[in-house]
Amino acid sequence: MHTLTEFPRQLLRLSIMLLFTLALASVALAEEESGARGEGWTPQGEMATSVGPVTADTWRQVRDGQDFIDTRADSTYNLINQSGEYWRQFRDRWISPGGLIAIGGVLAIIVVFYLIVGKKTLDSPRTGRTMLRWTAVERAMHWTLASLFIILALTGLNLLYGKFVFRPLFGDGFWAPMISGTKLLHNYLGPLFGIMLILVLAKWLSINIPKKHDLTWFKQGGGIIGNAHPDAGFANAGEKGWYWLLATVGLLVVASGLVLDFPNFNQGRDTMQWANMVHAIGSLGLVAVALGHIYIGTLGTEGAFEAMKTGYVDETWAKQHHNLWYEEVKQQADTAPEDVPGDKGVEDGTAKAHRPN
Amino acid sequence: MATMKFMCDAERCIECNGCVTACKNANEVPWGIQRRRVVTIDDGEPTEVSISVACMHCDDAPCIAVCPTETLYQRDDGIVLHDKDLCIGCGYCLYACPFGAPQFPKLNAFGERGKMDKCTFCAGGPAETKEEEYEKYGANRIAEGKLPLCAEMCSTKALLAGDAQEVADIFRQRVVQRGHEDGAWSGNQRRERSRRQGASVDNLAYDATRQG
Repeated sequence: MHTLTEFPRQLLRLSIMLLFTLALASVALAEEESGARGEGWTPQGEMATSVGPVTADTWRQVRDGQDFIDTRADSTYNLINQSGEYWRQFRDRWISPGGLIAIGGVLAIIVVFYLIVGKKTLDSPRTGRTMLRWTAVERAMHWTLASLFIILALTGLNLLYGKFVFRPLFGDGFWAPMISGTKLLHNYLGPLFGIMLILVLAKWLSINIPKKHDLTWFKQGGGIIGNAHPDAGFANAGEKGWYWLLATVGLLVVASGLVLDFPNFNQGRDTMQWANMVHAIGSLGLVAVALGHIYIGTLGTEGAFEAMKTGYVDETWAKQHHNLWYEEVKQQADTAPEDVPGDKGVEDGTAKAHRPN
Repeated sequence: MATMKFMCDAERCIECNGCVTACKNANEVPWGIQRRRVVTIDDGEPTEVSISVACMHCDDAPCIAVCPTETLYQRDDGIVLHDKDLCIGCGYCLYACPFGAPQFPKLNAFGERGKMDKCTFCAGGPAETKEEEYEKYGANRIAEGKLPLCAEMCSTKALLAGDAQEVADIFRQRVVQRGHEDGAWSGNQRRERSRRQGASVDNLAYDATRQG
């Protein structure tokens, strides 16, 4: 009977507990509903103070660089500079190794060529009679341009490759002044090179007009291999090619260099990335070709260097390398006996008479 | 080893520029140089979003890759620093940087830009003495066991700085609490969802201002 009398009491206790739990739970729920949000909470109030959601469109806008303001003074920079990474990849993955391949390749070709073919000597002995080829003014212009070119080439190469060589080799104490001097030379001599280049191009325009025989010269490869001597005027087709390369790529390098050298005109990052790529590709190409020019003008051809050193060439040399020019000068000499080739007294002004093309 | 990172929670940034001011004060950067900036997209529109941005101390930093002098380098903890004694002011780091972080005190003819300056994550830079370090690079709070002042002073804690893992954890927690389905950077469909679910937008607004 004990259990029978106990049962209703147990039921009562259970129902009270159940009620109590439910009441507690509802209080807790009510707390959660309003308590944490505080008095006077409304969704509208929260909406007014919350920051707008960031959607895919927002990030798309960041990529496109539309409709933004920047709190930095005078800044026109978008949040993300997308082209920077393209520029970096192109410069580091293509231009840097490409330049090494081009310059190293040309050097290798020259060495191999020199070892196999060797110096192009004069076919017949020197006559001792000389002809004026380059006036003092022209030589001064050439060597000014050449010196500037070499300085700019070496400093430019140092800017691109120097950190891989000189910093590990000599340490910061040497590297810091070296690279800052490099930049100073490059930036200040660059515009000077541009002026010199324009002067030289203007001075030598008339002797570099392409002629029909230049095509034949190119077809025979300038007679470099074998002993052919294709027709050539005062300037052969190779020299004309170098001239026109400088007149196109050279001026492009100068123009892009000026864009980089004068950031005070507020050109943007994108413009300077382009200028840098044009400048690097163009100048590395010019350096590679210049190596060939230097080789032919010094080690490669007997009698070539003395032309730019003294201004005079031997008749034999002129006949062999610039036969058309030789013929014309000789004809003129025949008709005007006072203007003898090899006359050391000839003045710069009359040098023009020596170079009908 | 920790990897130090900044992260700006665009849904919290209120464009107060407190980070910019804190940075200038902590590092005493010269006039005209502002290591941190706040970019606002769609200013004044309902879709307006602001982000505080400085050097993000990239893992594969483009500035380091293109620098011709190796002025820029990365510490083991991921902080990208610069050695002002090596800088020649060529500007390449600025061409390459995705965030416009490198700045120059001048912009004169012949590429005379002066020495580059950028955010150091309040970790100073290479120098002989503490005074020299402060003079050249500003504060070295990291050495004192403190985080960058910009993040420390952010009023809405939009700007987070510290170990990448911790920053990510904090942000992940926020994202979860905001009720996103697929994380903050994946182009979530919040507007779409709130249109469908109606009242849930109220909860989102609440979360954004009061929690996390």
